[in-house]
Amino acid sequence: MKISVIITLKKDVLDPQGKVIHQTLDGMGFNDINEVRQGKYFEIDTKESDPKKAKEKVEEMCNKLLANLVIENYKIIDAQ
Amino acid sequence: MIVNEQVAIDHGLKKDEYAKICELLKRTPNITELGIFSAMWNEHCSYKSSRLHLKKLPTKGKQVIQGPGENAGVVDIGDNDAIVFKIESHNHPSFIEPYQGAATGVGGIMRDVFTMGARPIANLNSIHFGSPQHKKTKNLLRGVVHGIGGYGNCMGVPTIAGQTSFDSSYNGNILVNAMTLGLVKKDKIFYSKAAGLGKPVIYVGSKTGRDGIHGASMASASFDEKIEEKKPTVQVGDPFTEKLLLEACLELMAGDSIIAIQDMGAAGLTSSSIEMASKGNLGIEINLNKVPCREAKMTPYEIMLSESQERMLIVLENGKEDQAKKIFDKWNLDFAVIGKTTKSKKIELFFDNEQVADIPVNTLVENSPMYDRKWKKAKLPKKNKIKKEDLKNLKIIDVLKKVLSNPNVCSKEWIWQQYDHTVMGDTIQKPGGDSGVVRVHGTDKAIAASVDSSAVYCWAHPLTGGKQVVCESFRNLISVGAKPIAITNCLNFGSPENEENMGEFVECVQGIGEAAEYLKFPVVSGNVSFYNQTKEEGIKPTPSIGGVGLIKDYNKMITMDFKEVDNIVLVIGKTEGHIDQSLFARNILDEKNGPPPEINLFNEKNNGETLLKLIDADHIKSAHDVSIGGIITAVAKMCIKGNKGINLKKPKYLINEIEYFFAEDQGRYVIEVNKDSLKKVTDILNKNAVHYDELGTINKNQMFINEKTKVTIDELRTSNTKWLTSYMSK
Amino acid sequence: MKSSVITFPGSNCDRDMDVALKKFGFKNKMVWHDDVELPKSDLVVLPGGFSYGDYLRCGSMASKSKIMKSVINFANSGGMVMGICNGFQILVETGLVPGVLLRNKYLEFICKNIFVKINDKKNTYFKNIDSEILEFHIAHNEGNYFCTNDQLKEIEDNEQVAINYCDKEGKTEEKFNPNGSIKNIAGIFNKEKNVLGMMPHPERMIDPSLSGEDGSLFFNNLINNLK
Repeated sequence: MKISVIITLKKDVLDPQGKVIHQTLDGMGFNDINEVRQGKYFEIDTKESDPKKAKEKVEEMCNKLLANLVIENYKIIDAQ
Repeated sequence: MIVNEQVAIDHGLKKDEYAKICELLKRTPNITELGIFSAMWNEHCSYKSSRLHLKKLPTKGKQVIQGPGENAGVVDIGDNDAIVFKIESHNHPSFIEPYQGAATGVGGIMRDVFTMGARPIANLNSIHFGSPQHKKTKNLLRGVVHGIGGYGNCMGVPTIAGQTSFDSSYNGNILVNAMTLGLVKKDKIFYSKAAGLGKPVIYVGSKTGRDGIHGASMASASFDEKIEEKKPTVQVGDPFTEKLLLEACLELMAGDSIIAIQDMGAAGLTSSSIEMASKGNLGIEINLNKVPCREAKMTPYEIMLSESQERMLIVLENGKEDQAKKIFDKWNLDFAVIGKTTKSKKIELFFDNEQVADIPVNTLVENSPMYDRKWKKAKLPKKNKIKKEDLKNLKIIDVLKKVLSNPNVCSKEWIWQQYDHTVMGDTIQKPGGDSGVVRVHGTDKAIAASVDSSAVYCWAHPLTGGKQVVCESFRNLISVGAKPIAITNCLNFGSPENEENMGEFVECVQGIGEAAEYLKFPVVSGNVSFYNQTKEEGIKPTPSIGGVGLIKDYNKMITMDFKEVDNIVLVIGKTEGHIDQSLFARNILDEKNGPPPEINLFNEKNNGETLLKLIDADHIKSAHDVSIGGIITAVAKMCIKGNKGINLKKPKYLINEIEYFFAEDQGRYVIEVNKDSLKKVTDILNKNAVHYDELGTINKNQMFINEKTKVTIDELRTSNTKWLTSYMSK
Repeated sequence: MKSSVITFPGSNCDRDMDVALKKFGFKNKMVWHDDVELPKSDLVVLPGGFSYGDYLRCGSMASKSKIMKSVINFANSGGMVMGICNGFQILVETGLVPGVLLRNKYLEFICKNIFVKINDKKNTYFKNIDSEILEFHIAHNEGNYFCTNDQLKEIEDNEQVAINYCDKEGKTEEKFNPNGSIKNIAGIFNKEKNVLGMMPHPERMIDPSLSGEDGSLFFNNLINNLK
């Protein structure tokens, strides 16, 4: 089963990369952007076949490794 | 929010401190004011537990231009050149988020240096981790190293030296101390003292976000998810913006429009504005609606207490705003006139046309609390009697290999290869030597710097340990041929409210002071980090000393690698055979008690200065100070670096070979001299009453001990280099 | 000989390159990324550093800056353009040289001396150079050169590989590859060989007190070839 996770910086945490990408896009003529925030995307292929259990496992992975909850949030986007 | 005693306590203030605030203001503070008091009166900003003792440190000297009290210390190196430098801790944030914690630590210290008008030319660091077996150590180490590299490399400032140690007392509290050196023209140094009335106060750099805000709403609300989402307490570093800020500030500083400048570090806008007003003995008025904010609806409280990185506050000459703004626009940085200097001697803040704070500056600074904390004097532990039988069964080569592969002795190449140490094209001594050395760009001069700490000695006897660290710094500079100028200190301790920890602090500071005074090696900057403890468990007392020295002609710089076969190797300084608290005693004999080696300041000074004379007369081919692991460890490292061997012999006067080779007596250096100059060298040593032993002769690639035992240098190198790489790759 | 070094926001080897070029006789000008026109130059250098903080992809944002339009035109009309480290990353992003630079294989920034073997001397950069092997210095996090098999074949057919990582005897084995780059590639040319991108920093090897002197050899040879 494949599960995807998106990790983003928390709302108020500075995102230096997003800021600079925004400025560059602006300079290239894309000037109607309000904000750019950059995140990370993971695809985790697990042997677990029960969607609920798989989701729980991935949640644990997020809590323990994939995200640093001091500055990041995670969102598990699908379990299929 | 209504302010009362409980809210003050939630802000980390003590009951009597809150009472004093009300008394000074003659009213109850509002929440913004309370936040400002709590930030200014906390340990970090007010030095309330340490001030009394820090006052005793020697801070003056012929070459000292600026001692403690500014963003960094400044020393004169001649020809209108000066070096600005400081070390600072970022321990707690690095434990929570090692990458960002370490990165912002490096960013903060570089800002302290370029705030004074200096271009940073070298970074150093001292990092301490828990036991290698502890489950968190590896990830913390990796994160911290990546963070230091991530920030320093991006800034284009070489990281030229450092120190890494492991000890279980850091399991729950790692230490990350970062040091920066900058180069400035003596007549172009900038200070934080505001002057003149009605001068514009300018905010430049990054926008203000809710980074690092502690305090009321946080402490009084339960930790539901929303609060977590709203209040990140670890700052994210943006080295790219800092690089732009560096270039923009230096560009502005080339002109004459700046009256005062101060970086926004801990307690951000609060401490920077108050510092400038206090030093200038005037008031500052700020319109908080003018502060560039990253987030919507930030409150005055949040704006004042935000610790967002990469920001500066400047007091400008009237009429220079447009010219200054142009520079910051060019570098794509925020620039805003947020207030002005006033004669009120108060900090007055306005938000949405209302006054939100009105505090006399002196109540925040001069009237801040100062404590004479109770402390306990440490006793000098009794010497251990080492049984000769314990030594008899040991094979010296096996012991040497164990020592060379010990985590605190082994090669740290895995770490420093991740730091750009050659950018700026002036690094003439890379990490891994006694000191890092960079040339003063475009001149014959070079600056040597090293960072040292000896927590084990300080733990065993703080007074001796404090002296020892200063002496070790002195020796590391002399070993590369530099004349020591001054030091910066980062004092990492447990809780000042614990009498033993406070005693460790007081006596270490006393030791540092005595040695610094005697060696004419004054303290020009530094910082104190208390509360490095988890529950009741404090760290070993760990003062880190950053030393800076000058080499007048960089062609005379000395390195530690053995140079030539048949050259003679001497050790200068007397070996008494002090084994207690040595790496050998603690790790091979498993004996953790006993006093640290004694410090004889006369010998330290005399031996060091005599060696400098020998170096100046071109008699010395290589040199290395003797520190942990003793003579044989020092010699082995010189062999490994130079890819040469040595025929070692033990002099006759000490009975036991192991004691001779592994003892950690102080004030010693191993030196290499050419046969032809041996007589001249020993004459100079004798004339200056410096004790020396002849250790042996350099050969091609093997270490012989007393003509019987031998080992190849390749084998020793493997022992020395393998541990860290294999530890990190597991 | 006239040279220009482009400074992008975040460049940090621009001064080092300026010092090196001047030391070997170039009349060098520093050019700001936001300028439109390139001064008349015999050589344009994109220096090392962290342009735009290496955010998004190294070199990606610098490749979109104003001055790069002129640099691309200059290169396409046969002008000599050299990109070092981050400059190489920028060149790759503009498409002036093929391929991409990935994160180092061992996921760590590497700063050390390495050896490179000169693969091709039929070009203005290495013609007449009195050595087959050079000791250079690297300092990067993303120097792992990669390209598709088709690209690789084309690059090799056109002899576009400029230098390969090797040991001091010139053996180009995998174990002397510091970053995992394909075929030990440390630097490549465009087809016409007027554009060179390489990871090593010759400007850090121009003085016996520094890491070494093979950079001096390189720059001395380069200016003579340009005369």
